[in-house]
Amino acid sequence: MLTAHQLAAKKGRVTLFENIDFELHPGQWLFLSGANGSGKTTLLRILCGLGQPERGQVLWRNAPTQIDSTPLRREMMYVGHALGLKEELSALENLRFHAQLTQTVFEMAKTQDVLASLGLRGRENLPLRVLSQGQKRRVALAKLLLYPLPLWILDEPFVALDAQGLEVLVRGIQAHLAQQGLLVYTSHQRVEIDAPGLEVSLSP
Amino acid sequence: MSVFWSLVQRDLLLALRRRTEVLTGLFFMVIVASLFPLAIGPEMDFLRRMAPGILWIGALLSSLLSLPRLFEADFLDGTLEQLVLLPSNLALNVGAKMTSHWLLSGLPLVVLAPLLGLQFDLSADLALSLMLTLLMGTPILTSLGAIGAALTLGVRGGSVLLSLLVLPLMTPVLVFGAGALEAQMGGLGIQAHLSLLLAMMLASVALSPLACAMAVRLSLE
Repeated sequence: MLTAHQLAAKKGRVTLFENIDFELHPGQWLFLSGANGSGKTTLLRILCGLGQPERGQVLWRNAPTQIDSTPLRREMMYVGHALGLKEELSALENLRFHAQLTQTVFEMAKTQDVLASLGLRGRENLPLRVLSQGQKRRVALAKLLLYPLPLWILDEPFVALDAQGLEVLVRGIQAHLAQQGLLVYTSHQRVEIDAPGLEVSLSP
Repeated sequence: MSVFWSLVQRDLLLALRRRTEVLTGLFFMVIVASLFPLAIGPEMDFLRRMAPGILWIGALLSSLLSLPRLFEADFLDGTLEQLVLLPSNLALNVGAKMTSHWLLSGLPLVVLAPLLGLQFDLSADLALSLMLTLLMGTPILTSLGAIGAALTLGVRGGSVLLSLLVLPLMTPVLVFGAGALEAQMGGLGIQAHLSLLLAMMLASVALSPLACAMAVRLSLE
């Protein structure tokens, strides 16, 4: 369970948001909505421990998370604006290093299957810099599907995806939630997710 | 520890894929060291006396040139964020990045230095001492520089600021590194200089990953 308690954040002297409270249970999604610059990304970064709130607290499994909180980092996957992939490496290499760095097992056959299901068959060994923006995003999504962790924090996950990519992602999200996963995401697109969820609106 | 080596491995593979970036630093060193004999003229005695200082300054500038690269690419493509979010110890992971950076920019200087020393008519003994001092000195340059590189991440004109920030900190390394050779030329032992360099190296290699991890966290906020 992910809980936010009275969160507030400032950028310079401007208060981005305050009094953000929510309680997200397993199997639920949380949609952060708000205009450009309303602090969606800032809130996501606070939730995953990259930033610190001005006030308030984030709790993961009822324990407050600190900037170094290992329990949260062990169970969370964050995909931000920058995808966290190396352009010089191929999709397979990126995923292999990800597995090594998170100390999980890299399964070649399974990885190739997932990449194929994301429409990247035949492009597994190309360096990412020759792939399109949408295809790169698909590689980042392959990370989510291959190494399922309980909490997904996604910043604008639907950007640059075509209809087919969107469908694969939504299906992945629904499967994740069905397995009692949690999802926090922001988007400017309204996407129907067939699962219970809540919306937090950030408005100045 | 396996995470540490995976990171080193990844950075080395990345360097292999964009070789030019690594080579520019080394070529810079080669060119700087070759310009001096051309500018000063072929007076052997004079060149021999200047050699330690010039080669050490060359090494210093060349490592300064490669420092912004240490975290910048990772910062831009989001892999630094992912590094911070890994469940393993951040200081150790930052240490891994520093290790691969040293392997790519420090170690080649150590190997290259005696060859460059030929232009200054450096004797075999002195060339050996030069390698030894660089072997101890370059890890200090990398680890001190890494703190500066992490602090100036995302800052406009960061690389100039980085130089201003870390050059003063690096002067002791230069003093003792070049001083060791100076002493040897004067017929004195270099043990004292080497001991001091070694002490500085151990301290900076042990402590700077901690400071660096904090700086990385700070610059991502």
